[in-house]
Amino acid sequence: MTRFITSSFSHLILLIGILIMVVPVWMIFASSTHTSSMINMNGLQMFLGDSFYENYLRVLLYQGGFFKEITALKMFFNSFIMATGVAILSVVTSLMAAYALVYYRIKHATLLFWIIFITILVPLELRIFPTYSVMAELNLVNSYFGLIVPISASAIATLFFRQFYKTVPDELLESAKLDGANTWRFFVDFLIPLSKTMIVAMLIFMFVFGYNQYLWPLLVTTSEQYWTVVMGLKMMSGSIVHRFAFVIMSMVPPILIIIVLQKHFIKGVFQDK
Amino acid sequence: MSFLDLKNVTKIYPNGTKAVHETSLSINEGEFMVFVGPSGCGKSTLLRMVAGLEDITEGDINLDGKLMNEVDPSERDVAMVFQNYALYPHMNVYNNLAYGLKNRGIDKETIEQKVNDAAKLLQISDYLQRKPSMLSGGQRQRVAMGRAIVRNPKIFLFDEPLSNLDAKLRIQMRLEIKKLQQKVGVTSIFVTHDQVEAMTLADRLAVINNGIIEQLGTPIEIYDNPKSLFVAGFIGSPQMNFLDGNLKNKTLSAEGFEIKDINSDYEGEVTLGIRPEHLIQTENGLINLKVDLVEQLGSDNLVYGQLKNKKDFCYRCPGNQTIEKGSNLSLNIENNKHYIFDKSTGKRVN
Repeated sequence: MTRFITSSFSHLILLIGILIMVVPVWMIFASSTHTSSMINMNGLQMFLGDSFYENYLRVLLYQGGFFKEITALKMFFNSFIMATGVAILSVVTSLMAAYALVYYRIKHATLLFWIIFITILVPLELRIFPTYSVMAELNLVNSYFGLIVPISASAIATLFFRQFYKTVPDELLESAKLDGANTWRFFVDFLIPLSKTMIVAMLIFMFVFGYNQYLWPLLVTTSEQYWTVVMGLKMMSGSIVHRFAFVIMSMVPPILIIIVLQKHFIKGVFQDK
Repeated sequence: MSFLDLKNVTKIYPNGTKAVHETSLSINEGEFMVFVGPSGCGKSTLLRMVAGLEDITEGDINLDGKLMNEVDPSERDVAMVFQNYALYPHMNVYNNLAYGLKNRGIDKETIEQKVNDAAKLLQISDYLQRKPSMLSGGQRQRVAMGRAIVRNPKIFLFDEPLSNLDAKLRIQMRLEIKKLQQKVGVTSIFVTHDQVEAMTLADRLAVINNGIIEQLGTPIEIYDNPKSLFVAGFIGSPQMNFLDGNLKNKTLSAEGFEIKDINSDYEGEVTLGIRPEHLIQTENGLINLKVDLVEQLGSDNLVYGQLKNKKDFCYRCPGNQTIEKGSNLSLNIENNKHYIFDKSTGKRVN
């Protein structure tokens, strides 16, 4: 009986926690399906209205910005390009950096690794002016390349891959060598397939990281053509229901990615071989 | 010229440890050579130098008439079976076997043919589509050997491949390795610390200690005629009994008994070695043994006890004899099969 009470109690706490997190999101979603005048008069709504299609379609296709050059659809496209670019580029560079650090006979490889790792302590915000001036010199302002490259070196991903490579037994490399695999083949035929789950996990992680960028895209894009979703949240003007609809839509891509790939994500982060 | 030639091969690690001292060795084509010695004696290092996985500090290694020192492991045409098998965990058995062939640019049909032949030979045809994690220890061992055989290399290298198996499987795989090697006829080097494995597998064996080959010969030569105290103690199970003694005028005085007409002119402190199986029970024998413990193996009994001076001693007798704990045995050395070693250098003197 006491067990029943304690377990009910802990379930109650968990339920309250879930409600605290879910209810505001639900309220925004529910409100976004009403008309503006309804919200302005009656405040936030708990139940669905009947303006869902109307509001969401308008938001997707509305020409926003000062110069009316950008639609939400285009912002989603930009964000997708940026997030995917960041994810792929950072995973590829981290994989290769970790490979070099672990398998090449580099002097002071550990020291080099820690130097790379220290960059975690130097966030983009701290180096934003030099980074911007480099991009400006290279004429990469207002381009996808400029959006992606400066935030695509990931010390965290390098750490993950390095730690994983260190657990790969030496005999595997030796055996592969005797089987005629050169350095490149060992990387492609062994390390990449062996770290597959971790690669997927890092892709998700870096996708969300790229998608959530705000300050850097704000700085490096002056043309509305390159606005991203997260920037749009601030820039989009319009009635309250349309903003709500945009907020809800902006959450969809990362959530979708995580739902679809969460099995790999969990396996990759808590790797048990 | 022999097939594999090691000339004054030396290995010094960057930290200054000398793992292998100027070692020279010739292995004939088709021969099964075993390197045996305690762990850390340099036997694996020597093998890995042949494979090309360790650099050679000094000396030359010639394989089939070609100098191998600077040749990349992948170009040496050697195959190795590792202690933990080192199977490719993400590939199925078929691809494990085929991988080395693919890298050599062999066409698909030939690869399939070769893999299937090797699988048949090793009786792993049923598992070709399985991943290594779904195989038992013995099956993994076979796959590891299949990976070596399929490439048809000039030389097989085995680095303690049986030590991860349970006792029964080890004996079975030992037999299979020997049969397989005889069937395929490939020159092989097998590294082990297990002297029974060494004795049963080897055409010739090299007993290695502290980076030096102490003795090289057929298993029987080495068993019958150990050239040093180390070899005598290492080969043979249970271990040879060692007693302190003194040699003078061809007479050996050991603890409590004398042996005359020793075939040696050496004089001084010596160690007398007697194998447990070279003793017979007689009346008024040289050696008096007080029995502490009898291990009955069925075919044999191992009798452990102490001599008068409290020195431990072992005697092996046929299993049909009943020997009581606490009894006193009187033993003689069979046909003068005793070994005398210089106490300071460990070299054989008789």
